[in-house]
Amino acid sequence: MAKSASSLSKIAGNTMNWLDDRLPVTSFWNAVMVGYQAPKNFNFWYYMGSLALLVLVMQVGTGIFLTMWYKPSAAEAFASVEFIMRDVEWGWLIRYMHTTGASFFFILIYLHMFRSFLYGSHQAPRELLWVFGMFIYLALMAEAFLGYILPWGQMSYWGAQVIINLFGAIPEIGEPLTIWIRGDYFISDATLNKFFALHVIAVPLAIFGLVLLHLVALRENGSNNPDGIEIKANKGPDGTPLDGIPFHPYYTVKDIFGVGMFLILFSFILFMWPDAGGLFLEHDNFVPANSLVTPEHIKPVWYFTPFYAILKAVPDKLLGVVMMGTSVVIPFFLPWLDRSPVRSIRYRGMWYKVLLTVFTIAFIRLGMLGMAEGTPAQTWEMRIWTLAYFMFFVLLFFMSPGGKTKPLPDRVKG
Amino acid sequence: MSSDDVNKGRRRFLVATTSAVGAVGVGFAAVPFIQSWMPSAKAKAVGAPVEVNIGKLKEGQLLKVQWRGQTIGILHRTEEMVKNLPEVDPVLSDPESLKAIQPDYIEGESRALRPDFLVVNMHCTHLGCVPQMIPQVGPQPFDSGWKGGFYCPCHKSKFDLSGRVYKGVPAPTNLTIPPYSFVDDNTLMIGVSPQGAV
Amino acid sequence: MKILKLKIRATTLIATAMLLLFASSGAVAAGGAHLEHSGANINDTASLQRGAKWYVNYCFGCHSLSFMRYNRLAKDLQLSEEQVMENLVFSDAKFAETMDISMDEDQAKAWFGKTPPDLSLIGRSRGSDWVYSYLLGFYKDESGAWNNTVLKNASMPHVLWELQGIQTPVYRQETSENGITHEVIDYFALTTPGTQSVEEYEETARDIAAFLEYVGEPAKLERKKLGVWVILFLALFTFIAYLLKVEYWRDVH
Repeated sequence: MAKSASSLSKIAGNTMNWLDDRLPVTSFWNAVMVGYQAPKNFNFWYYMGSLALLVLVMQVGTGIFLTMWYKPSAAEAFASVEFIMRDVEWGWLIRYMHTTGASFFFILIYLHMFRSFLYGSHQAPRELLWVFGMFIYLALMAEAFLGYILPWGQMSYWGAQVIINLFGAIPEIGEPLTIWIRGDYFISDATLNKFFALHVIAVPLAIFGLVLLHLVALRENGSNNPDGIEIKANKGPDGTPLDGIPFHPYYTVKDIFGVGMFLILFSFILFMWPDAGGLFLEHDNFVPANSLVTPEHIKPVWYFTPFYAILKAVPDKLLGVVMMGTSVVIPFFLPWLDRSPVRSIRYRGMWYKVLLTVFTIAFIRLGMLGMAEGTPAQTWEMRIWTLAYFMFFVLLFFMSPGGKTKPLPDRVKG
Repeated sequence: MSSDDVNKGRRRFLVATTSAVGAVGVGFAAVPFIQSWMPSAKAKAVGAPVEVNIGKLKEGQLLKVQWRGQTIGILHRTEEMVKNLPEVDPVLSDPESLKAIQPDYIEGESRALRPDFLVVNMHCTHLGCVPQMIPQVGPQPFDSGWKGGFYCPCHKSKFDLSGRVYKGVPAPTNLTIPPYSFVDDNTLMIGVSPQGAV
Repeated sequence: MKILKLKIRATTLIATAMLLLFASSGAVAAGGAHLEHSGANINDTASLQRGAKWYVNYCFGCHSLSFMRYNRLAKDLQLSEEQVMENLVFSDAKFAETMDISMDEDQAKAWFGKTPPDLSLIGRSRGSDWVYSYLLGFYKDESGAWNNTVLKNASMPHVLWELQGIQTPVYRQETSENGITHEVIDYFALTTPGTQSVEEYEETARDIAAFLEYVGEPAKLERKKLGVWVILFLALFTFIAYLLKVEYWRDVH
């Protein structure tokens, strides 16, 4: 037993040597995983990045399989999805993995972005890291929007109708722009097929590229941490940060545990509650698209609703589009709006804690209102929270340089 | 980083256990994806057995049906056709159907459960064209000593009235016999083997 | 570690609470009609079998189930091929084929104003409570025509009237917020009894609702059962992974 184990490891060793002579496998692994010194005080908020990467892989994998049976034509799309759900062996599982994965992707990304609000990970020298992340978020929103039209249900059709019509609000070029996007004078087979190509190939490639840039940028400066201090400021005699630990094995092992916890939650939704009450799979989308019948209540999927609420809050169509666009764009500038001398919320003044709490509530509340019908009372509430949303960035800009901060520690705490 | 008292044994055990359970998990997770490639319920429905009524099929007539995307021919052979089968053996490449694709319960020169009905896959074993049936005995432009059979116009392969391939033609094997059985004297079921047969 | 666990638990709780908050905001029926709770139980195979029988005898003439295969129905409802072919198939459809009907679209439009929709997915787009309430909501209005509390002025007649009987509404006056008085339906009186009692008809409606819930997603029972095992396995894996993590992290601090 021991002999075969040692000869097996000898074969493995020889194979690795052969590979390493021709490809920088071990050196790459050592540099990127073992040689990467990460702060030892990562907490709950630091799981989201690796989990998002996992979900990306899962989406691509399940997506590839779905394209084996999905038919991207207006005539056949809806039926092909039901074909997957009923006739393809395990098709229902693959489909649910994809829909559940899509919503979880956004849950993880919102939590991942929130971490930066907490610990100032967007501040110098990590501005570009944040910007790449924002581009990934944008690409993800595009990917989700393009993907949602594919089942060709009522919500697919009418949701696309509303969103594409927003572009029509742009003066002069709006109308021709919508025709150019649709590839037709109304949402049709042409739109569906085009969105399919973008969803399956173009945007995923863009996401891969952006994720790569995001990771390279991360590696360049190393990770931030919940105390917001640079671990590189305190190096030991061997040149490695005193508060750093090699990513492998410590964070590989921790992330594996994180994956386990995540998959339990993911599986609970997937197997027990894939509709999530109509949030992850909207009820209206089980009705085939019908250009003659408008659903009673058109709303985007939950992850878009905060921005949709901002759109609805503004009475003017063009101004609404501008405000909605601005609300998505303004976070790009966070690294320059946040001029606080300290990164982490742990050492910022009370004003920031209050501001961030209000911002979080605003975002969540906008999300809920974005799904609602839009009664006059709700519209007024949407306006208040829209104001709160923008005021976060405005107040941050003006208040962050001054204000009381707590003294920073030399070494990381827990 | 303090690394004294590192229990290497425990670590190795935990790494091994985690890897093993993880591998099992990955294995389980892979099953649905691999299984999904199997024929769907729709394919199975379309590929379902085909029932054929042969009560009205006259002697010497050929009936063609579709089964699993293939053209299946049912030929009502005369006694004379069956009797003359051994005469063609010398010019055949595989008269005993040793290399042919046919169910185990199909034997002999007649290559059929009942000699008066040949059930055969009508796609030429060369490149898939459907041969013409030329049952009459007598000289043909492609064969002066033609004893009746199937002639493929694409690349001139020849088969006898049991679908057995001639020597010296492009087709490598005899025409394939699909699984089939008799429901009753006048009904064939293509795609279902007889009870108890392999 | 304790703090981590607490944080994870807290976040999961908050996330689930938010999810439920979000989800519940869409639970009212479209159009505001109050829905009765159906009590439909797709785990009750007998109920599904009865539902299939009712559906095929009363609904299938106009409403296809074109995404449902007979052989799948047989397997999930524990019926034999003979039982299905004899009792549920009235066309020349084969056992492996889908439950299509041969209604002429033009004729349907002429009779009803529009083609009766396929109901394969109504269990998902509307839900079993809606179907149940719809089947209970038929009544004859003042003009003597069929109407329905859930789907007002639907062109569908009450095909189950022989079972339920005929209800007519009893109206009452109601004053709305802006001072306008109008008639609303107070309750229904059964003016013509049917062959079934109220409880029997409610069971019939429940069976049909359960059947259509099943048809909407045949994999539902299987996925829940499988889910339990998957989550148990993942719990085992996560526990072992946790031990591994703790073991390595002894080095740190």
